[in-house]
Amino acid sequence: MGKRIGMEVAIAVAEAVGLCDIDMAAVYPITPQSHIAEHLSDLVANGEIDAEFVTVESEHSAMSAVIGASGAGARSFTATSSQGLMLMHELLPIASAMRLPICMAIANRAVSGPLNILNDHTDIMPQRDSGWISLFVENGQEAIDLSIQAFKIAEHKDVMLPVCVNIDGFQLTHMVEPFEMPSKEEVEKFLPPFVPHATLHPAKPVTMGAFAMSDYFTEIMKAKNEALKSSKKVILEVWDEWARLFGRAYKPVETYQAEDADVLMLTMGSMGETAQMAIDQLRAKGIKAGLVKLRLWRPFPLAEIKAVLKNVKKLIVTDRAISFGGPGGPVFSEIKSAMYAEARRPLIYNYIYGLGGRDVAVGEFVGMFDKVLADTKNEAADTYEFWGVRE
Amino acid sequence: MALKSWKELPIGCVVSDPGSASEYHTGSWRSQRPIWDNAKCIKCGICYVYCPEGCVQQTEDGFFKADLDYCKGCGICSHECWPRAIKMVEEE
Amino acid sequence: MIEVRWHGRGGQGAVTSVELLAVSAIAAGKFAQGFPSFGPERRGAPVAAFTRVADKKINVRSGIYEPDVVLVLDSSLIGLINVTEGLKPDGKLIVNTPKSPEDIRKALDYKGTLALVDGTGIARKEMGVPIANTTMIGALLKVTGIMELDAMKEAIEHRFGRIAQKNLNAMKRAYDEIKIYN
Repeated sequence: MGKRIGMEVAIAVAEAVGLCDIDMAAVYPITPQSHIAEHLSDLVANGEIDAEFVTVESEHSAMSAVIGASGAGARSFTATSSQGLMLMHELLPIASAMRLPICMAIANRAVSGPLNILNDHTDIMPQRDSGWISLFVENGQEAIDLSIQAFKIAEHKDVMLPVCVNIDGFQLTHMVEPFEMPSKEEVEKFLPPFVPHATLHPAKPVTMGAFAMSDYFTEIMKAKNEALKSSKKVILEVWDEWARLFGRAYKPVETYQAEDADVLMLTMGSMGETAQMAIDQLRAKGIKAGLVKLRLWRPFPLAEIKAVLKNVKKLIVTDRAISFGGPGGPVFSEIKSAMYAEARRPLIYNYIYGLGGRDVAVGEFVGMFDKVLADTKNEAADTYEFWGVRE
Repeated sequence: MALKSWKELPIGCVVSDPGSASEYHTGSWRSQRPIWDNAKCIKCGICYVYCPEGCVQQTEDGFFKADLDYCKGCGICSHECWPRAIKMVEEE
Repeated sequence: MIEVRWHGRGGQGAVTSVELLAVSAIAAGKFAQGFPSFGPERRGAPVAAFTRVADKKINVRSGIYEPDVVLVLDSSLIGLINVTEGLKPDGKLIVNTPKSPEDIRKALDYKGTLALVDGTGIARKEMGVPIANTTMIGALLKVTGIMELDAMKEAIEHRFGRIAQKNLNAMKRAYDEIKIYN
């Protein structure tokens, strides 16, 4: 079994990636991801892992380098945050179109402006449609586990897609907390060697990233979409295997006290655990409150979401980003769209919160439930609100 | 050639057949063709160097000609040829 | 669960202390969190850092607003920031200072449990430097009983190598010398 240790989560993510026999990493440091970059480069420089650490001059270069390395057949890793992710944006759909199983840790941070550096989800949301598998974690253990699982999911022959693991910046990356770190032997047993679908090699030349006009572009987009949708099967298999080997189970949609709930809240990332404490307080007062935590953002777990939400009367969707001038938070839009054609669907409320690192305490989660339950005429349903904003 | 369905596409649309672009005969784009006057040609090879398509080849006798399967008729060889040995003529 | 808020200045090692404390508590079989006040790191600026220690899994991830214990690493912060803000009525205030309890109570208008030790003086004598972050861990352990002093040994040795023993000696002295005034 793995060893129970206390460590800063960002360092632990680098340690976990170091267990995965990577061939190369190209990481440009940016707050709050920097400790991942620094520790991974330490591991390489100290000879603890046999990999190439490419020091690049920007995140655009980092993503370009891992695309090239992955194309050459190397198990490749990168990590970033915020503006760095925005700079990678242009390349993300290319990595997925070329079906390169790159793994990336994202220490989620608010996008400028104004310059902020603290945690929210405004960096990942604009990458939603890039064709990457996108996972969210709520604590250090999950950050470690999913960072390792990411390689197995990405490199599965039926997937061959890049994977990003979203780890809330500071809130998780800078937290010293306990977790079990799998051993090198356990990871070796779990993670088979990378067998690329094609490689750039002079002895057997291929072309990657070729040109396609209107006669093929639609078919290529359809094939990419089907690949991403069908990756869920493999993700579930990998999580089953993880549960057998390590005793920790993962699901696309996690629930807490949701079975008999009249009102549910949906969270993504590190807010989930704090919200869970609010559920306990509400339950103690006799209110049937429950929690839904969305782990799998892409491919979107439509069936699982529908199954969890079918009997609930009211749903509070929390968002840590906003679609400016749009219908509300991005998660809210997705959930509403998922439930639109259902015969039974909840009234859906949307709170935009935790922007730019603003803390949300247990009492505020309770306050959100109180406010929604007090809306007996359902006047605020289908609308969104900036929680706690000063008027 | 029948177009493939989305299910028939190779993963990542990798082109595994090296040099397959040569199957695409860009010569069909041409409206003018280069004609060499070997009486003026000094065999300097500047036409070979400048051809952006790489379709100018040297023959056994040392003179040059264009592979008309690929020559797009751009006229760069004619423009660069300082003894003025290459003339561009209209395609019929 | 015990929640501790540390006050120091950037560069005085408050973040190092919360990390060492959390790592040691976890190694001792407890559950713990150690985290800085998130944001830019600025030498000399007032900073806070936080420790949570519990016997079962800690779920809360928001900041600490009503600490059980406040530890002031640098007494020059008193008057500059409100160090007792949110401190529970039955909470404890630990201050690194050579001053008398009367002086501190007066400066803070504070009537609760107070624990004082001249951590900087101890650090200077034991380690030759006026940096009291590890020293004050000893004070905290005495006041809270979170764990045995020995539980810190491994983390301190791992972190400080050949100067670890000096840190441990200073920690022990603060543990022994701190005075608690109810």
